[in-house]
This record gives sequence, C-alpha cells and structure tokens, in this order.
Amino acid sequence: MEAAQAERAGINLKPSGRMPEEASSIETPVETGKTVGNIAVDDPIFSCRDVDVFYGEKHAIKKVGIDIGKNQVLAMIGPSGCGKSTFLRCLNRMNDTIPNARVVGSILLDGKDIHDKKQDVVQLRARVGMVFQKPNPFPKSIYENVAYGPRIHGLAGDRVELDEIVHSSLQRAGLWEEVKDRLQHPGTSLSGGQQQRLCIARTIAVNPEVILMDEPCSALDPIATARIEDLMEELRQSYAIVIVTHSMQQAARVSQRTAYFHLGDLIEVGETDRIFTNPRHRLTEDYITGRFG
Amino acid sequence: MSNTNKPRRTAQETQAIVERSLKRRYWAERRFRAYGLTAIVAALAFLVYLFFVIFSNGLGAFRQTEIRLDVFYDPEVIDPAGTRHAEDLQSADYQALIRASLKKKFPDVEGRAATRELTRLVSGSAAFALQRRVVADPKLIGTSDTEWVLASDAVDLFEKGHINRSLAEAERPLSDQQLAWVDRLIADGSLGLKFNKTFLTRGDSREPENAGIWGAVAGSFFTLLLTLLLSFPIGVAAAVYLEEFARRNRWTDLIEVNINNLAAVPSIVFGLLGLAVFIGFFGLPRSAPLVGAMVLTLLTLPTIIIASRAALKAVPPSIREAALGMGASKIQMVTHHVLPLAMPGMLTGTIIGMARALGESAPLLMIGMVAFIVDIPKGITDASTVLPVQVFLWSDSPERGFVEKTSGAIIVLLAFLVVMNTTAVILRKRFERRW
Repeated sequence: MEAAQAERAGINLKPSGRMPEEASSIETPVETGKTVGNIAVDDPIFSCRDVDVFYGEKHAIKKVGIDIGKNQVLAMIGPSGCGKSTFLRCLNRMNDTIPNARVVGSILLDGKDIHDKKQDVVQLRARVGMVFQKPNPFPKSIYENVAYGPRIHGLAGDRVELDEIVHSSLQRAGLWEEVKDRLQHPGTSLSGGQQQRLCIARTIAVNPEVILMDEPCSALDPIATARIEDLMEELRQSYAIVIVTHSMQQAARVSQRTAYFHLGDLIEVGETDRIFTNPRHRLTEDYITGRFG
Repeated sequence: MSNTNKPRRTAQETQAIVERSLKRRYWAERRFRAYGLTAIVAALAFLVYLFFVIFSNGLGAFRQTEIRLDVFYDPEVIDPAGTRHAEDLQSADYQALIRASLKKKFPDVEGRAATRELTRLVSGSAAFALQRRVVADPKLIGTSDTEWVLASDAVDLFEKGHINRSLAEAERPLSDQQLAWVDRLIADGSLGLKFNKTFLTRGDSREPENAGIWGAVAGSFFTLLLTLLLSFPIGVAAAVYLEEFARRNRWTDLIEVNINNLAAVPSIVFGLLGLAVFIGFFGLPRSAPLVGAMVLTLLTLPTIIIASRAALKAVPPSIREAALGMGASKIQMVTHHVLPLAMPGMLTGTIIGMARALGESAPLLMIGMVAFIVDIPKGITDASTVLPVQVFLWSDSPERGFVEKTSGAIIVLLAFLVVMNTTAVILRKRFERRW
C-alpha cells in the first residue's frame, strides 16, 4: 500500500528492507514554494523568485526561489529527476534549446531579468559559462578549444593577446603544464579529467561572472575529481559557481551553500555545514543520511 | 515458494545443457557466414562478367583501322588559280587527292565502278582530314607526304575480325574485290590498327568510324558541374534549416513527408516537369546542359537533403550544447561546429545523388538532350547530349560499328564515375574528423 503510493509519487524504492521508514519520510508534506532555510544572501549575483519550468505538460520545477552569492560555490543536490539540472539550465537559458520547455518567474542577473526582451541570450551565455556532465571539447586542437570563445566574442585584439588568453586560461585551469608542448593536438586526445579541465579553461577564457557545472566529475576518476575540486576552490575567488552533484561528499567539500531539490521543489537551502550537520527538513535528512536517492 | 533458495539443477546438469546447445549455435553461425560469402561471391561474379563483356566489346572502340597512303598535294587540284585563299583551299576536292593516291597504289584498277569501290575502302572523312592539314599549313601544296587516313567502317570491322569472309559476297559489306585489295594492303603493311583519337576527341556522327564521345563527355561535364553547383548548396541549406532552425510543427512534417516522397518519384516525371516549366514556361533553350542540370537538381535534391539531415542528426548534441554554452549564436554553432562534423556524411549523400544524376537518361530525353548533336558544346546553353543518352543513341543505331562504340562509351562513362567518386572520397577524407 505504502510502496504503491511511493511508486506513484515517482520514488524509486531500492532496498526493500527500509521501506517503512522511507514511506514515512515521503509522507512529510512538501509545500510548494515553502523552502526551509534562508534563500536570500547579501549582494547576490543571481536572484531567482517563483521560477516554474514546464516540459510540455510536465511541471519540472515548482516555484523555486534562491539567491546565488558572489565568490561562493552553491551545490545543488537531490535524487535523479528532481529538477536540479533543469534549474541550472535556466540560469543561462539553455532550456531555450529544448522544444516545449517553458520557464516562468523572475531570474535576475545583477538585478536585470534574463528573460527581458533587451537581454541577448548570446551575451547572457558569455556572462554565465557552463561546464557539462560529459567532457565535450570541440573536435579541434587544444588551442582552438580555448581560443574559440574569445574569438567569437572578439575579446582578443590580435594573435599575441589571444595567445595570452589561451595561456592564462589553461594555467588557471591547471592544465598548462600538461599540454603546453602539444597545443595543436586535438582536444579529444586528452584523458577524461584533462578534457574536463580543458572545458573549464574554455569557459573561463571568456571571463564569465558565473560558472554553471552540471555534474562535472561524474565521468571522472577520484584523482581527476580531486583536481577539479581544487580548481573550483581557486576559481571561487573570481567567479560565482553553481554545481549540480550526486556526490554529497563533493557538495560538502566544495560548497559554501547547499540546496536540496526534491521532485521539482526546492526543499531546503542553507550553509553547507549546517545542512549536513543539522538538516531541518525531514526529506533533506533522509537524503543526506542515505535513506534514499 | 519455500525452496526457492535451492537451485533447480546442479552445475553439471546446467553445463550439459549448455554443451548440447553449443553445436547448434556454432552451426547457425557457420551457416550464416556461408550465406554471406555466397552472396558476395555471386555479386562479384556478376560484376566481373559485366566488366568482361563491356571491356571485351568496348576496348576495340579505342583503336581504329587506318590506311597508309602516299598523298601528293597536287596544286592543280587544291588551288588551280594559285590564290592560296583559305576559302579556295577549303572548297577544293580533296577526295580527288585520295582517289589519285589509291590509284597509285593499285595501278591495275580501271573503270569508274572499280575506282568507286576502291575509294570506299577509305572513310569519307579522310578528305576532311587532308583539308584540315592543308588549311593549317598551305606550304604542303605541291609536296608529297605519307599519310595514315581513316579506313571505312567495313574495313575497320574486317580488321577487327567482325566480318566472316566465308560468307557469300552479297551477305557481307566488303566485296571479293575489296577483300583482295585489303589483303594486299595488309601484306605490304599499309593497313593497321592505330589509337583512335577520333573517338576521344570528336562529337557524334552517323558513320561509326567518325563518331566520337567527346561531345557527350563535355555535355555530361557541364550538366553535372551545374547540377552539383545547384543541388549541393540548396540541399545543404534546406537540410540545415529543417534540422537546426525550423520549429517542429505540421508544416515541417508536411515538408518532410514530401521530400521523402520526392525521392521515390520516377525520374521521367521530373523530365516532363522540366519540359513543361523550364522550357515551356520559362523558355530556356532545348537540349541544353542548363535545363538538364536543373532537372537533375530536382532529382538529386531529395537524396542530398535526406542524407544531409541524417548527417546533421548524427552530430552529438553535446557539441551543440558546448558551442551554445560558450555563447555562440545558433548560426555560429552550425557553421563552426555542426557543419564541419556533418560534412563527410553530406558529401556521401551528394556522391550518391551525383552518381545517380550521371547515369540518368530518361528525364533528359524529355528535354531534348537526345537530339543528334555533332558539335561539341562549349557552354551551358549549347545543345548537347550526355554519356548515358549517347549510349542509348548508339545502342539503337543499326550499323555494326556502333556496337563497340556503345561499349566504349560505357567504359568512358564508368571512368567518369570513378574519377568523380575518387574526388569525392578524397574530399570526404579531408573533412573527416573524430570526436
């Protein structure tokens, strides 16, 4: 009976032994738009209020409101299909590319609505860079991968300046030492972890204000993951970072704030330390203690 | 329920069952391999047979029988007035020079009838060859020279072994007397097979020995070049728009269905369309490569669009996301990343389309490219024919000499195809990139 209810609610009940506890947690009422914790921060770069996302008939994100602070890492966690990636893609309007996707609500970048008619989507994406789950370097040389952004946006006046941007971007992404002798080799010839750092170098070459990362380490081994995490700590000095992750340890390691999503609702937001030591919502507690997800 | 923990079989029993099925499984694999091998061998055998027939028939077309004559460029015949005007030189009776040379070779021939029969050994075009030489170099007049002139169609067939001399005289194109002369010519080395320049450099002719393929080659070249220039950009642009920019709605669905249907429309229908619209309505010239190319463009567009869309679909979405995420506009995403990656697939589709266009004859019959055209086309509006239509025309001609010309034309057509495809494959290799 309870299992059937949970199933209808879209929850995957994996270990059958824990069913009663889980069912009880599901019954904790989720009130749409009533997020536990403080969603606001001082001097936010992004300020989102009442964001709804629909994929056709499906209501993927329900009345989500959250601020993203400058120079900090916000981790978004939650079970698969909870809408955290969808929300991330709202922030640079990548959902525009999906037919039938509809975003409503206000998302302010530096106080200006990114859905405003005057806001150009190309310019938005130059300000809000994105690193994807699977490393996706262009099938071009390492140099061309990093030079692509500055080139299309016309950021470099001449070849020397472009070289300089490529050099510093690779340096900041911690990849320069490994690739400095083979800049003309294809980007796809690198290892998975190197490819992901190349993608990060490519993103920071445009000098964005925010970097969105959609599970950037899910395809990488622990050593490569550690390097990316170190990198994020460094990048935080200059950029705001939003990361979607399935690894709670990673969220705990890299982020200052954590947001927990559940079935399209933003359940809880707070300082990362607080969320992991003293979650206030039952669902958050169940998730971070590994009862489901 | 109670004894689900106990396996139904022991490990040995399971092994025995697996072992029994092994033989059957391996046998199925061997059988399938045999089918595949048989299919490939059969296909290859047909191909080899086809090539053998075409080449054994057609190679003869590249060699032509010629007769050696000692020609005296008689000033009395060519230019009795001594003006050396080009018009006078052109209108002179060069046939008389050939007649005189032959008579010198066969002094025993007398009487008009016998002389006429003797001159029939030499092609009617031989006089034009002498005329061209004299017009090009009037200093020849008054001198003697040894010339290899084109033999007639019948002599050529005899030399290539297509005439059986044991037949009754009335049943073969060469009389007993002519055969005797030919034998004498062969005996003193004045008759032999030479490389057939005529076939590769001249236009069509009613006489097999004068018929050349170059008019059709030039026609095919102009037609295909124009087809490529029209269909590739239009096809790629249509595919890119439909795949990357168009919204999915009822209209795009309708367009998609229609493109797929167009690929299956019989080609002759496109010919009728071309006749009605391009020639009838727009008044473009008949028999011209321009109209042929427009018709073939209609024919190849569906193929190119379908293949190009498949190639675009095969580009991983992660590349598109990467480009858009970098702030590339949609057109930058397409031109910088998607198109280069899809280019090999698009070129493959274009090769298939162009190969089909090269072999197409039915729609071109409709727009008049089947006309008998001697002149070699010099542009896209000149009347011309194309290789497959030339093959069709010659295969329909009653003269025995056209049999080998037909096969020769097929060889040229195949060579054209090979050159075209090789170019495309090289181009494709250049564009090919891994990701």
